[in-house]
Amino acid sequence: MSNNNPVTFSKEELARYNRHIIIPEFGLEAQQKLKAAKVLVVGSGGLGSPALLYLAAAGVGTIGIVDFDVVDDSNLQRQVLFGVEAIGKSKVEEAKKRLEALNPHINIILHNTQLTSQNALDILKDYDVVSDGTDNFPTRYLVNDAAVLLGKPNVYASIFQFEGQVSVFNYRKADGELGPNYRDLYPTPPPPGLVPSCAEGGVLGVLPGIIGSLQALETIKVITGVGEPLVGRFYIFDALNFESRTFNISRRDDNPLNGKNPSITKLIDYEQFCGMKAVEKPIKEITPEELYNWQVTGEAFQVIDVREQQEYDIVNIGAELIPLSTVAANADRISKDQKVVVHCKMGGRSAKAIRELEEKFGFENLYNLKGGILRWIDEVQPELTKY
Amino acid sequence: MATVIIPTPLRKFTNNTARLQVAAVNIQQTVDELTLNFPDLKKHLLDDQGQIRSFVNIFVGNDDIRDLQQQKTAVQPDTVISIVPAIAGGYA
Repeated sequence: MSNNNPVTFSKEELARYNRHIIIPEFGLEAQQKLKAAKVLVVGSGGLGSPALLYLAAAGVGTIGIVDFDVVDDSNLQRQVLFGVEAIGKSKVEEAKKRLEALNPHINIILHNTQLTSQNALDILKDYDVVSDGTDNFPTRYLVNDAAVLLGKPNVYASIFQFEGQVSVFNYRKADGELGPNYRDLYPTPPPPGLVPSCAEGGVLGVLPGIIGSLQALETIKVITGVGEPLVGRFYIFDALNFESRTFNISRRDDNPLNGKNPSITKLIDYEQFCGMKAVEKPIKEITPEELYNWQVTGEAFQVIDVREQQEYDIVNIGAELIPLSTVAANADRISKDQKVVVHCKMGGRSAKAIRELEEKFGFENLYNLKGGILRWIDEVQPELTKY
Repeated sequence: MATVIIPTPLRKFTNNTARLQVAAVNIQQTVDELTLNFPDLKKHLLDDQGQIRSFVNIFVGNDDIRDLQQQKTAVQPDTVISIVPAIAGGYA
């Protein structure tokens, strides 16, 4: 977008982008803008996967990717950038390989790091557009604030279970009018624990495919100026009922970033602002095999199952049932004198229970059963019912 | 009766009902009716002062009640009210 040199295409590129170029409203001019553009995609997960694939395929000339994580087998249900061979490897490295195989005519820049208040402005400043597909409130506010402070449009998308949200924030229209940003829509985040993350609450795998594709669409519209970007509007999609709604949203005078009396002029401590960590500290884990060895060797321990009664009725391993929502109220039933293994179906809810117990009651003896009862069944008791 | 669309994360507090009918004539009455019928919703919709939480948006038709008359925004029998809380997922 900021490139003054004429953008030219090789014969291969012209052939590749032919279906774009022949759209009258798009044409060579929009394709040139794509090639000149620099887009930063924050998070190469559920939303980042489809967004990156389509942005690369479409010919965005420079794509930056911020991620610090490695590919986990539980990612593959929705993170379509990655295959089985990528498990355990760096996400950004694997993403680069996949995207370069998809389109060798583009430049991929890797930021193999966690986005923080210290590095965000430095990373974002070289890009024209930010596409935010992160998974936690501290990073959402960080990306938003950095984009606003730098004057960059921020294509926002978020998902949870069956619901998706999309909007284009901080976009200045041709007439100079600036659109709202995330703080206009949601001035403050929910208190910790009130809204679960996808890791805890789950997400239907195809949903980020739909919403991340919409994010790529809006990113392309922002770059090319083709069509009407989703500015001042807020789209939500309910996959369960197949309903989508688009609401009108406005800038607010009390926005601390760019309202009438701005109070935020530089990046703040977003973990403190949100009362939660952007990246949770690791909890102790135990594999089914290790737990089995404890049983065999007669180690003293207690096992807690934090699933729901109906799940327990389907299959259980004889643990004490304390559903996640009742864990705090039943903390006195959990031993502090011996090792305690906490499990759920796959390991997400039990991790949450452990965090809650550690934070509120100071437990230090809790172990999360890796992969939950499903992995236990796979590795130790295949005769049990899986669900 | 106006219709209230409950978002996925809050449906567990409304017996998994996505759409509810309310007899209310404004948003305040709508919220009162919802939290009376589904007490577990209350902490998700209202703060300790009884104000709508800042991470929950309520739209009447397509418009944010903060751009209308806030809780005093009138609702008609054919009005569709949407409750849209912040969600942060996307990556994990």
